[in-house]
Amino acid sequence: MRRVLAAMSGGVDSGVEAALLAERGYEVAGVTLKLWCYGRSPLSPRACCTLDAIDDARRVARRMGFPHYVVEAEEVFRTRVLQPFLDAYAGGRTPYPCALCNQHLKFGDLMSRVEDAGADALATGHYARIVRQEDGAPALMRARDAAKDQSYALALVPHAALGRAMFPLGDLTKEDVRAEGRRLGLEVWDKTESQDLCFVPDGDYAGFMKRSLGETRGTREGPFLDREGRRLGTHRGIIHYTVGQRRGLGLAAPEPLYVLAIDAARNAVVVGPKSALECEGLETGRVNWLMPRPPEAGTAVEAKIRYQHRPAAARVFPSADGSAAVRFDAPQSAVTPGQLCAFYQGERCLGGGTIERALGADGMPLAHERGAASTAREAGAGLVTIALS
Amino acid sequence: MIYFDHNASTPVRREAREAMTEALAGSGANPSSAHREGQRARAAVERAREQVAALVGASPAGVTFVSCGTEGDHLSVAGIALALETRGRTVAVSSIEHHAVHGAGDLLARLGFHVTHLPVNARGFLDPAALPAAGSDHTLVAVMLANNETGVIQPVAEIAARAHAAGLAVQCDAVQAAGKIPVDFGALGVDALVISAHKLGGPKGIGALILRDGTPCEPLFRGSAHESGRRGGTENLPGIVGFGVAAECAARELAVESARLLALRRRLESGIRAAVPDAVIHGERAPRLPNTVNASFPGARSDRLLMALDARGVCVSAGAACASGAVEPSPVLAAMGVPRELAVCALRLSMGRGTSADDVDRVIAALGESVRGVRGAAAAAGASGA
Repeated sequence: MRRVLAAMSGGVDSGVEAALLAERGYEVAGVTLKLWCYGRSPLSPRACCTLDAIDDARRVARRMGFPHYVVEAEEVFRTRVLQPFLDAYAGGRTPYPCALCNQHLKFGDLMSRVEDAGADALATGHYARIVRQEDGAPALMRARDAAKDQSYALALVPHAALGRAMFPLGDLTKEDVRAEGRRLGLEVWDKTESQDLCFVPDGDYAGFMKRSLGETRGTREGPFLDREGRRLGTHRGIIHYTVGQRRGLGLAAPEPLYVLAIDAARNAVVVGPKSALECEGLETGRVNWLMPRPPEAGTAVEAKIRYQHRPAAARVFPSADGSAAVRFDAPQSAVTPGQLCAFYQGERCLGGGTIERALGADGMPLAHERGAASTAREAGAGLVTIALS
Repeated sequence: MIYFDHNASTPVRREAREAMTEALAGSGANPSSAHREGQRARAAVERAREQVAALVGASPAGVTFVSCGTEGDHLSVAGIALALETRGRTVAVSSIEHHAVHGAGDLLARLGFHVTHLPVNARGFLDPAALPAAGSDHTLVAVMLANNETGVIQPVAEIAARAHAAGLAVQCDAVQAAGKIPVDFGALGVDALVISAHKLGGPKGIGALILRDGTPCEPLFRGSAHESGRRGGTENLPGIVGFGVAAECAARELAVESARLLALRRRLESGIRAAVPDAVIHGERAPRLPNTVNASFPGARSDRLLMALDARGVCVSAGAACASGAVEPSPVLAAMGVPRELAVCALRLSMGRGTSADDVDRVIAALGESVRGVRGAAAAAGASGA
């Protein structure tokens, strides 16, 4: 019998994931990451992480009769997920922390605990599949349920880690999962699902940064500029904006204005018409390839540039430094620095990398992107260390 | 499975189980009832009171049965502070007290009292010179006899003498000490002592507060005159009977058992030093409980070690569990000045009646393997950037 460490967030997906493995005869050890200390009262030394989610995970473990542990991961979360999240926003980018969390927490820290627990695999409740290639190397595949597919969020997971990962929900739909949860008698079976980041449950990222972290980078007022550099108004601080945004700009113009780019160095938000959001390609940072070696330059792929994006046909050009250039077959709207670009061939996810900048038809950064691109790298370098207490 | 977590709780010993089974099978009469069955139940309660009093060398009249150590700490700390309220509204609590005593302090703070914290030195001792001086607003000092995490034994008799000279009452949580080392209520000189059955082979859900004759202590549970008016509530007869028998057995075996455990502790400590040469044993040079070893294994975080040992069938404790169940660096070790990076690598191994030399050797082997495994995995995770 195989022993499996099962990551449990307290939600229905990972609860059913762990319970199904236990039902199938695996020796399961459940584990929940404690990422965040919620409210500490100086009067009571025990008042710390009272997250209901941990109790929900524990209830599933009790119900199914396997042990459950809570793993202290605040430090890894802070240095590997939260700090980059803050630096990205402050640098005028729109980060995608879920990919970093999967990379560093679930398939980094937790994966390194598999042997501690005497287990040989780590299971998570992601909707994705792993298929062994002919050479034995694992390939990351989309979930059977296209609507729930989470392979995009897994694109930064180290390829080697996939070899010891299990995704028991990969062939199920959300409805299947709820039905299984109900059949197994798990109280979480009808728990509502959050659409927001787990650490910002109300979706107010700017408010979160200011309230919880005392973070004030990117909160200074500054100019809205058009593509020619003319000042159109005053923005509330660059952390409030993302590329492609139309609502909440408060600018009067003959045609609707969209955020085209964020220039952290000048503390400016560049706006323009919808048509100016279209671009021919992009450049990524270092790509995590989920294959033995990067594909040939010019390989045809589908590129997915944000969670809700329908992958677009493109050609990928890996560079020697590990980054990649992407040229879309047809222009794509709102390529957003900081977001993840994942590469697919059909069902298979080949890997992904963080978007550094959008490219124009000439393969050069777009005019309104040039300033922003250079400063984003400087601002993203983690100059300020946050202190969470 | 090897159970090295006796400071958390102990198995109920056979003699206590049998006495409890008999009590449960009885008439079910209320010890306060006037009829003969009630009187029989009362006799069982009073017999247990004598047995518990004998374990700590106290008078049975001073023993109040409570539901657990936490209640005993609340009743004595808050009860005495409230009774002495006209003299002052400040209590002093040692910084290494059990959560139960800190909790009682929180309750008093909620009622408008001031709570001050007394520091300990690097060996884990409360400094008697840090006690509040005579003439301050303090009325009470709370200092435990043996620490639950490190096993370090405080110089309570000396502290009590100094405190009394300053006009302060002394409350002492002896939950971890009772049944492991001789506890003499008179010699300690404290005004209130708290013990708990499940730490010494008795059942969970029953404890005792021992008050020196004449110590004022307001009840928390009021409305009926049980336990001489100190604690309202129908007596937990099976629990009390089990507690009494366990206390009597512990008292009888104390000298032999504590010497046996001390030999096992030395075996465990030398085994740990051999298997993990850079291990740090906390409070090593201080007088400690014979059953408790608290050690840090640098580079191997306790939450990882706990899982690794659990997978090998060894049950130990790590630091202090927070409300989430995650392991946090122990406030006790922090109070002793142990650096955080060492405190997050601490394990508490606590032995008991069922522990054999063979168990000790198997735990040493499992510890050696677990520390090596965890250090390797943690290093690999660090190198890969996780």
